[in-house]
Amino acid sequence: MTTEKDQISGKPAGPVGSAPAGTPAPGGRPSEAAQGMAVVARSQGQLVRRRFLRHRAAMASIAVLFIVVVLAFSSIGFLGIPGWWKYSYDAAGTVVNRGAPTLSVVPTWLGGNGFSIGEHPFGQDDLGRDYFALTMRGTQISLLIALVVGVVSTVVGTVIGALSGYYRGMVETVLMRFTDVIITIPVLVIAAVLGQKYGNGGPFVLALVVAAVTWTSLARLVRGEFLSQREKEFVEAARALGAKPRRIIFRHILPNTVGVITVAATLSVATAILLETALSYLGFGVRAPDTSLGLLVSTYQNAFTTRPWLFWWPGLFIVAIALCVNFIGDGLRDAFDPRQNRVRA
Amino acid sequence: MATFILRRLVVSFFVLLAATFVVYVLVANAGDPRTALLESTDPSRDAKIAALTENLDLDTPVVPRYFGWLGGVAQCFVGQCDLGTNINGAPVTGLLSVALGSTLRLVLFATVMAILFGVIVGIVTALRQYSGLDYSTTFLAFLFFSLPAFWIAVLLKQFLAIKFNSWLSDPVIPLWLTIVLAALGGLLAMALIGGDRRQRMISLVGGAAVVAAVCVYLDVSKWFAQPGIGPVVMIVGSLAAAVGATALLSGFRYRRVLIATLITAVVGIICSFSLGWLLDISTAGTIIILAIVTLAVSGAIGALVGGVLRSQAVKACMITGFLSGALIFADRLLQAVTGYSDKVRGILIATIGSNTPNFSGDFWETTLDQLGHLLLPSIVIVLISFATYTRYTRSSMLETMNQDYVRTARAKGLTERTVVVRHAFRNAMIPVTTLMAIDFGAVIGGAVITETVFGWQGMGRLFTDALRIPDPNPVMGFFLVTGTAVVVFNMIVDILYGVLDPRIRTA
Repeated sequence: MTTEKDQISGKPAGPVGSAPAGTPAPGGRPSEAAQGMAVVARSQGQLVRRRFLRHRAAMASIAVLFIVVVLAFSSIGFLGIPGWWKYSYDAAGTVVNRGAPTLSVVPTWLGGNGFSIGEHPFGQDDLGRDYFALTMRGTQISLLIALVVGVVSTVVGTVIGALSGYYRGMVETVLMRFTDVIITIPVLVIAAVLGQKYGNGGPFVLALVVAAVTWTSLARLVRGEFLSQREKEFVEAARALGAKPRRIIFRHILPNTVGVITVAATLSVATAILLETALSYLGFGVRAPDTSLGLLVSTYQNAFTTRPWLFWWPGLFIVAIALCVNFIGDGLRDAFDPRQNRVRA
Repeated sequence: MATFILRRLVVSFFVLLAATFVVYVLVANAGDPRTALLESTDPSRDAKIAALTENLDLDTPVVPRYFGWLGGVAQCFVGQCDLGTNINGAPVTGLLSVALGSTLRLVLFATVMAILFGVIVGIVTALRQYSGLDYSTTFLAFLFFSLPAFWIAVLLKQFLAIKFNSWLSDPVIPLWLTIVLAALGGLLAMALIGGDRRQRMISLVGGAAVVAAVCVYLDVSKWFAQPGIGPVVMIVGSLAAAVGATALLSGFRYRRVLIATLITAVVGIICSFSLGWLLDISTAGTIIILAIVTLAVSGAIGALVGGVLRSQAVKACMITGFLSGALIFADRLLQAVTGYSDKVRGILIATIGSNTPNFSGDFWETTLDQLGHLLLPSIVIVLISFATYTRYTRSSMLETMNQDYVRTARAKGLTERTVVVRHAFRNAMIPVTTLMAIDFGAVIGGAVITETVFGWQGMGRLFTDALRIPDPNPVMGFFLVTGTAVVVFNMIVDILYGVLDPRIRTA
């Protein structure tokens, strides 16, 4: 966490990325290069990629998120593939030292015990289950749900938005009024009602339920983009050349809206993480014996005064994941913004 | 415009109608309200099941049952709402009005606070773009945005309420806390004032010194054992409000506005010393009357003294009058703390419920009681929506500051204050206003999670409790109110946009 703070509160980067003077640009005239004015021609994709790679908060977030994902999926295994961690998340054991965590990170020269993981780094719960394994399992489930929600709601939102924005008329009226109906129903209402009925179907079903209510904002966004893009000359040109609507939508307009969609999709993953934890907390989401980060916090919130680690770990993982995804979304937004001149591309 | 509103109204009505149908069918399919009874061993079980079936009309298929419910709702138009009963036979309309009152008390206060702080911080960070303050606020906004409400709620309960209450029994500010607070104060002053290296160092040291002095004074004078604002702070605070309001609204070039606000502040100070006894016999009603009188008097002072800049003087005087009044109110409230603390055995910041059960006291003590219960849930709500408002205001303000007309305003020699407050701020607020309207529509539904964590019997709680059973009529009643609020406020957004941005009206 500190690394990110350092990253974003650090000194702003100077103008970087201009080509070294004297290097002839591809297709550029040598006289310009001699004057130190050489400009490297870059495609739109390259510009966006460069801006994103130079967004330090986003890069740090990607690193942290990558570590979390690898840790969660490799430690306790996934889909029957065994992991390297010795305990399973559902095996009860004997409670050692009231289940206190054995993780130690304070180095000896500061009066700590040096770095050691110990038997149960995150401690144990009241049944003696290893809390590291439980937290990792919760992280897996929460990440999976967020991913499925992100993909499904993005696809649904994009298709509905694209169709109503491109065809207008009757199609738009029907689809947008349908979107209005879904928006009118508060997210928690529909997710909780569906979760109540289908929540027992496991995390995948829960993800579909959450996705069923979170696509609406993207649909509106994409429709707005399509409404303005479809009037542009290049669409008219494509139509004059005899391109079918399908080709115009997918080959001509959609690539022009990819920035908006990518940013919204990333942020919808962050929303989904928080929504899933909230639903599980209220008892409408993931149910025992499976677990999720929200369910862990909910189960052990009353243990805060006696065994605070049961409360801290899942919460910290929720915050870390949501924070990273939000920063990545912010980096993408900056990268796709053509007016963005914070980092020269 | 009229046809536009009318069309929106008709469409919204049908959207809402369709949405109620969807929710009704969903809830009907979510489970059987009789499940709990079916599993019980009560001898009169069958009779109870029959009564419940009769009461909730469960033998009728879902679609006709929906229209029966809709018929009851339609009676609202003639003033006799019939939203059915819950499984215990209590009418939903009664439950709803109780829950709505409690939710509004919680959420309105918190949302207003979030908007106020969010907009101010958003503007300051936009004006100080890429500064340390900007980066720290951005990070904090993202952090708050990523916090699960239930998690931060438990932390606040532990550290802000329980630890703070026990600290108050022996209020000593330790040295390390003084140092930390002084460092933070210095950094904040440095970030806010800015300037070159020398200026920044001066603000850093100055800010730190002021905060440290305040900490030491509070500690030595045992302020926390006997809190109050005191005459000196009151006078300085009122005068500062006068100068601040003038600086914000009109600047100092034209003296009469400053004179008007200063007169208002002096009147306020005189009133606080001469009319203080009035507050001892106050009720909520008299406080409201006093507030209205204060605003009227300050407005009148502004109008009389303001001269050419009359409208700005009136606004500045009203702000000054309001702030001085708030100071007086806070002072009297703080004086009631000692008595209140004895009555509730030192639990100043409560962690559960909306008021202390069986509590009785005068107006000031009951106000303190309600504020103490409001504090924690409000902080949770403020933290989360604060993030959205700051980011939104910041980006909107940045975009406006880069517009051509702002450059024109600067080029023709207007002061930075005029450019920021009159040219940029007003236009930057257009998108934020719509966000506010949507937010107000959404908050009627209550903060489901916050209400659950803090045991607050509001709309969200009504909904989740009913949904667990599942008890159809309270869920539908909840949705009817929240859905209507969302639709109505969405419509207000559309109309507001037209009013605030004339380009949209003509389109």
